[in-house]
Amino acid sequence: MTDLRNDFVGIKSPNPFWLASAPPTDKEYNVVRAFKAGWGGVVWKTLGEDPPIVNVNGPRYGAIYGADRRLLGFNNIELITDRPLDVNLREIKQVKQDWPDRAVVVSLMVPCEEGAWKKILPLVEDTGADGIELNFGCPHGMSERGMGAAVGQVPEYVEMVARWCKQNTRMPVIVKLTPNITDVRNPARAAKQGGADAVSLINTINSIVGVDLDTMAPNPATDGKGTHGGYCGPAVKPIALSMVSEIARDPATAGFPISGIGGISDWRDAAEFMALGAGNVQVCTAAMAYGFRIVEDMVEGLKTWMEEKGHARLDDFVGKAVPNMTDWQYLNLNYVVKARIDQDDCIKCGRCYIACEDTSHQAITATKDGQRHFEVIDEECVGCNLCVSVCPVENCITMERLTDGVDPRTGQPIEREYANWTTHPNNPNRVAAE
Amino acid sequence: MGMSDAKRDVAAGRLPSHQVQENFADLHPPLDRHGATVEADRCYFCHDAPCVRACPTSIDIPMFIRQISTGNPHGAAETILKQNIMGGMCARVCPTETLCEEVCVREVAEGKPVKIGHLQRYATDALFADGKQVFVRAAESGKRVAVVGGGPAGLSCGHRLAVLGHSVTVYDARKKLGGLNEYGIAAYKTVEDFAQREVAFILSLGGIEVVTGRRLGADLSLAQLRADYDAVFLGAGLGAVNGLGLEGEDLDGVVDAVDYIAELRQAKDLSVLPVGREVVVIGGGMTAIDIAVQSKLLGAQDVTIVYRRGKAQMKASGFEQDLAQTKGVKIVHFAKPARLIGEGGAVRGIEFERTRLGAGDRLEGTGENFTLSADVVFKAIGQTFVPDGLDGGVRLEGGRIAVDGEGRTSVPGIWAGGDCVAGGQDLTVAAVEDGKNAAHSIDRALRGAGA
Repeated sequence: MTDLRNDFVGIKSPNPFWLASAPPTDKEYNVVRAFKAGWGGVVWKTLGEDPPIVNVNGPRYGAIYGADRRLLGFNNIELITDRPLDVNLREIKQVKQDWPDRAVVVSLMVPCEEGAWKKILPLVEDTGADGIELNFGCPHGMSERGMGAAVGQVPEYVEMVARWCKQNTRMPVIVKLTPNITDVRNPARAAKQGGADAVSLINTINSIVGVDLDTMAPNPATDGKGTHGGYCGPAVKPIALSMVSEIARDPATAGFPISGIGGISDWRDAAEFMALGAGNVQVCTAAMAYGFRIVEDMVEGLKTWMEEKGHARLDDFVGKAVPNMTDWQYLNLNYVVKARIDQDDCIKCGRCYIACEDTSHQAITATKDGQRHFEVIDEECVGCNLCVSVCPVENCITMERLTDGVDPRTGQPIEREYANWTTHPNNPNRVAAE
Repeated sequence: MGMSDAKRDVAAGRLPSHQVQENFADLHPPLDRHGATVEADRCYFCHDAPCVRACPTSIDIPMFIRQISTGNPHGAAETILKQNIMGGMCARVCPTETLCEEVCVREVAEGKPVKIGHLQRYATDALFADGKQVFVRAAESGKRVAVVGGGPAGLSCGHRLAVLGHSVTVYDARKKLGGLNEYGIAAYKTVEDFAQREVAFILSLGGIEVVTGRRLGADLSLAQLRADYDAVFLGAGLGAVNGLGLEGEDLDGVVDAVDYIAELRQAKDLSVLPVGREVVVIGGGMTAIDIAVQSKLLGAQDVTIVYRRGKAQMKASGFEQDLAQTKGVKIVHFAKPARLIGEGGAVRGIEFERTRLGAGDRLEGTGENFTLSADVVFKAIGQTFVPDGLDGGVRLEGGRIAVDGEGRTSVPGIWAGGDCVAGGQDLTVAAVEDGKNAAHSIDRALRGAGA
């Protein structure tokens, strides 16, 4: 039996799919709908001090679309909850009582003073919530007031606030990290140092989705003016995956629990984050685009894939891709591949040819015997994968490894032994090969 | 058959006016911005794209589609029109399924080509809607060129010559320019007076004078044109319709399809056109389809196309054949007209002999006959060139004007293109290309570079 139950720093949920702290988790009404739909848990939209913040009364969101208006990237300038603290606390308590098997984590953001945290933590504890998530990521509005990303960008603050929280509550503490930083490992290390139980990442990325060329106003605009928002949705997934992997393979934080966030839209995205070390995942944009029912496919899809792969529990594959993440310098330079174009699948659009000819290595023919024909010239092919990337037909172009003989491009014999940059003769700082 | 028992039935107003209007609405409703964006996204922007090679006018199709996808329909229209000044009409009437869309890699890969014709219409419509001129005339060359025939070939030639700085006079026998765009082509393919709007756009460039109501050989002399102009382009089209070669072709109700279509295209109110209850169309080309479908849309009860060869040999494209059948037209293959049946000076029916392909694919009669009753018989078996006014000097080939690769006739100073030349494809787009080619050849000759 495939078991999707999730235990994340002691917080239990029937599946690893949580809704991230965001508009979908701002109210009891929405959260109850989410739980009815099957979500494993929620991180309640960030609570702050009273009086509640106010939001703009104009557009809060902007989007990047594909040709058929599929939402590819999403941006928001919404702040933390704008509802009174006691209303939120009351609803959280009610939801947790009504849905004891689901994870209810509360996102928090108060000023960087110990008193402020000491004051709010017991109130949250009283709701019976399973844990807290410190919002050190929000990149817009709140950061101007010294909170959100303004804290997340200073590892010392991250450590300090994490420590205050650990000292003042029995609840597990998850620190949500901002990607608007040079090296995400530093705040992650600080969170661990401060005693936090886990990190969650990524929060949104500073962004402007576009400029209205008629009004010269950024999008979204309020009365003709705009401010940067936070970018999320499918477009940010590669950035999030990289950051998750950085923390997962950093010796200082290896094994430190991670809740993966960033453009997760389906079970496959979730499995990828988890393979790179996330213990569970949080979702927002996909739910905002399609509604809560998407979790049905996430649950079934993940289960089906796990059954196929023989993973009985989530732990069976969490982190399994981490050992395969390495530094560039350790990549095997003796791994030589050539592109191969399947002539039966080729539809002769010529995209591979023009991409290689104009922008890369002139390694694909356009004609053969006067006929339109696209074929790889091994003497020129460096195996870069550009042709694969631009080919509209899946698997029409594949990469084939050379294991014998000579690389026609370099004239060098194919070595089967692994060898990397650290020992390469061209490396001025090479170390002697063992 | 008992065809003399019932009265011959040819009447106007078979359908209420609003029904006729509905029937003759745009065959393909235009793409809106979203539809165009989604369709444009399907284009792979192929290298050395097969569609461009398949287009007789070599429109840079991937580029104009990319321009649509980037929200630049005017730029797209410019890309189209600089290769094909009638890109708007061609978007409506080109048999794209046998040209650009046939070789689209997505047709090859998945049987669903990018809808190039629809996208071309989207772009050109957008430009026409804004009434923007995209061409600038070169400095006046001082040279004058006469263009005989204001159809696709003549207008294409005249426009390009005007762009290149020459002064052009377009002569046409009819009242309006446009040729078959105006007087041929099914009405539902070119709604809202598009042919005239396109002519107006072409003329808005300037440098093109128009003289209508003048027919070569009648009130226009080739010798005089040669004397008055530096060059002459003949784009006169085909002036006559092939006959059936049967007794009784002068019976009432035996009608040239092209004449009826011209009448239909000029009718202000389609519901006043007389339509037969039972209509038989002889032929297998686009004209046969056009007259059959339009008869049906006007309210004819039974419309039958009879073609002497098979489906595969029909010059009408597969799309057109399907369209006819969808509209309720019956197509009978392998039968040739044997006898017109008249009564009181009017046609009542037509007898056919069944045919088959014999040795060497030669058509032969089987000796088996059948008869269709008919209130109207349309002849749509092709048109022929009428060499009036050529003064015997211009060499013909197979009954049409012989030209070289640049459109030069056997007489120096006279060029020709479109349906009236030998080897013509009887396609709007091919005529446009002929005119454009000839214009460049004329330009070279007038500038003394390649005469």
